[in-house]
Amino acid sequence: MSWKDPLMQAPFLELRGINKSFGAVQVLRDVAMSVRAGEVTALVGDNGAGKSTLVKCVGGIHPMDSGEMFINGSEVHVHSPREAAQLGIEIVYQDLALCDNLDIVQNMFLGRERTSGWVLNEPEMEQLARKTLDSLAVRTVSTVRQPVSSLSGGQRQTVAIAKAVLWNSKLVILDEPTAALGVAQTAQVLELVRALADNGLAVVLISHNMNDVFAVSDRIAALYLGQMVAQVKTTDVTHAQVVELITSGKSEGQQA
Amino acid sequence: MNEWLASIRKGNLGALPAVAGLIVLCVVFSVMRPVFFTAGNFANLFTQAAQVSLIAMGLVFVLLLGEIDLSAGFTSGVCAAVLAVTMDQQGFPWYVSMGLAIVTGSVIGLVLGFLVAKAGIPSFVVTLAAFLAFQGVVLLVVKAGNIVPIRDPIIIAVATKNLTPLLGWVFFGIAVVGYAAVQVRSTISRRKQGVTADSWNTVLLRVGAVAVLLGIMVAVLNQERSRNALIVSLKGVPIVVPVIAFFLVLGTFLLGRTAYGRHLYAVGGNSEASRRAGINVDWIRMSAFVICSTMAAVGGIVAASRNASVDPNTGGSNVLLYAVGAAVIGGTSLFGGKGRVLDAVLGGLVVAVIDNGMGLMGYTAGVKYVVTGTVLLLAASVDALSRKRASVST
Repeated sequence: MSWKDPLMQAPFLELRGINKSFGAVQVLRDVAMSVRAGEVTALVGDNGAGKSTLVKCVGGIHPMDSGEMFINGSEVHVHSPREAAQLGIEIVYQDLALCDNLDIVQNMFLGRERTSGWVLNEPEMEQLARKTLDSLAVRTVSTVRQPVSSLSGGQRQTVAIAKAVLWNSKLVILDEPTAALGVAQTAQVLELVRALADNGLAVVLISHNMNDVFAVSDRIAALYLGQMVAQVKTTDVTHAQVVELITSGKSEGQQA
Repeated sequence: MNEWLASIRKGNLGALPAVAGLIVLCVVFSVMRPVFFTAGNFANLFTQAAQVSLIAMGLVFVLLLGEIDLSAGFTSGVCAAVLAVTMDQQGFPWYVSMGLAIVTGSVIGLVLGFLVAKAGIPSFVVTLAAFLAFQGVVLLVVKAGNIVPIRDPIIIAVATKNLTPLLGWVFFGIAVVGYAAVQVRSTISRRKQGVTADSWNTVLLRVGAVAVLLGIMVAVLNQERSRNALIVSLKGVPIVVPVIAFFLVLGTFLLGRTAYGRHLYAVGGNSEASRRAGINVDWIRMSAFVICSTMAAVGGIVAASRNASVDPNTGGSNVLLYAVGAAVIGGTSLFGGKGRVLDAVLGGLVVAVIDNGMGLMGYTAGVKYVVTGTVLLLAASVDALSRKRASVST
């Protein structure tokens, strides 16, 4: 149901009128947002603007107080991370959520192990993990059987992203994937983010870093104090305008 | 081989410290007291290590989560008391009493696990309370000061009788062929899928090493150990050895080859990540305590069998500490996320060797405790240092 822009392909994810309060604090006010397949949508905003809360509502971790959520035009209700995963939504969290004592394959299949009967099917899992990493053109990981504790920050982020992709996911949400990384590693991860969109996935990138946002995103959605103040094409705005949106909620030439 | 060396350098020591310690201790004791190095004493070691090893096997599951069960020793005492009292005073047949003892263990584990996972009380406190309470329960069940005898020949046989030499070799055959079959099957399927697989030489070496080790063990244990073979013959593998082997294989399979085992490691490594991966963390916690207390029950039955009686001190004094020590000496981490069931057996043997060897050398209990404590501390430092090493080498 492409209700606004009949010429464009319908957005994969469509949010309308999302409200969310924690006690007396209203964190999200009437937020609308659309995310398209094959594009990277950057979600920007200052600390406390509600980015993480919005993502957690989509991921089924927090229930939303009110609002509608559509996937490919049909309304859905998500009550748990499991349900979100079944809809093809995967979130890569800031704190990664990997188990240090397990290896790459074990982490990628955690909670969804392949088994034949009672026994884990290790060869199949290893092969699939390898295939997924290859499809993302990951060259930084030499063996998929090394424990995650021996990986660098960038490699861990790569594993976390690959884990999200493994499940035939359609929407991957990345919460500050480059926050703790050095220059070279950041470039690697951004390359990977771009590759996800180019493979046809819908990607949401939460970031504070304007360089990252302009490097990979197709669209920018800006949150300001819990309100969506702008959703624009990246090519239509300048660096300074986006910073203005983040800090004051408005920008010359842009409608709030 | 090179990979193995590299992983050791990264602080992943595995069974190396325990095996090395075992060899050093055996050599030292054999030189000091030649009687240590006899078939008779070799058989003693297994029966001495049995209770501690069995309890430690269960503890590994709890330790993997980064939790502790201080009550496992007295849980085994309570279960042994249930076994003895129902047989001696109610006249139940051995299999009913044994079943009751094991169920008692499982129920205790369920209660402990519930208090830790659902009520959120630290396991240290829950099991410390249980440690005190169960000490009282054992006293109440066996009626303070009494010793409940065990007369059933089958229960007594578990820890005191031996397999016939032929049956020993049959078990040996089953073990080696089974191990080889598992290794070859997994290598073939890995090759077929085109993923990393060990070379056939490695597989051959591994199966060969197991065969030789088990072969020597069975051959030695099948020797005549009686001082006067004309009056009573004493030879064959002690029955506890296949019992331990059974639980070792079962536990290793559960931890290494099933999704349940994988989830146990995951919860121990990062419980928040496990929760987000959709693992039922509370259920995993509770199940680990159930397994631990059930294995404690098995250990209690073996202890009752060995002493042919149960008294208020069964499972008391140093049993729990030896069991925790055995798991840690074997290489299981107290920080959670790292450990194997084999650790419990290797560690249990180290503890038994120290106990046995120092006893032969005429040292008093005081010296034995000090030495065992030192070895435990050493093992814990190896664990802590190898963790540090592993986190530095990123």
